[in-house]
Amino acid sequence: MTVVVTAESFEPWEVLRAHEQSLAQRAKVGACAVFVGSMRDFNEGDAVHGMVLEHYPGMTERHLARIVAEAKARWTLEDVLVVHRTGELLPSDPIVLVAVWSGHRREAFEACRHVMEDLKSKAPFWKKERLETGVRWVEHNTPGQ
Amino acid sequence: MAITVKFFASLREQVGMDTASRPCRGGMTPADLWRDVVADRPLPGNVLVAVNMDYAAPDQPLKDGDEVAFFPPVTGGAA
Repeated sequence: MTVVVTAESFEPWEVLRAHEQSLAQRAKVGACAVFVGSMRDFNEGDAVHGMVLEHYPGMTERHLARIVAEAKARWTLEDVLVVHRTGELLPSDPIVLVAVWSGHRREAFEACRHVMEDLKSKAPFWKKERLETGVRWVEHNTPGQ
Repeated sequence: MAITVKFFASLREQVGMDTASRPCRGGMTPADLWRDVVADRPLPGNVLVAVNMDYAAPDQPLKDGDEVAFFPPVTGGAA
């Protein structure tokens, strides 16, 4: 399992291709579920021009690793990859990548969704949006389920 | 040794500091620490507390050397 928190922009499909090639037990994988989240240029009725993603270094990595470990304990998974951006982002920049490899699609789909929802509710990240009229902190998440 | 206090995101801007340090008193809790550091208002109900990078209750006893963080609800991920 791999968890990456990075202030550098990343290209999720290139990261995925590289990670797939490094899978140790590739022939055991029958399913890969992928979630890619990127920055919208609108939120709560306002145009958003940019965003800063703040986090709590150390606690972020610790909780992402724990979320992934819990998913591996609950489902039969071959591998999990989580990449999350921090720092300054522009609309359409990728924010988060969650990929799960498993023998079967049910585990892959369920674990991918679970990791993503758990990440949103537990990992210490905060978004500050840049609007036409100034900046504002995002106060709460949109429900995913 | 002492207790290190950290604030993040909107809370950091509201209290006007990102870190602080306070001596540890016996039986001290994060709620006590908040009152020590942020004198002008009580701990808001929606503020999350972490002790040594794990989520914790505001009334959990602290010990010397702990790192206590206060922050607003988290908003990571996307869409």
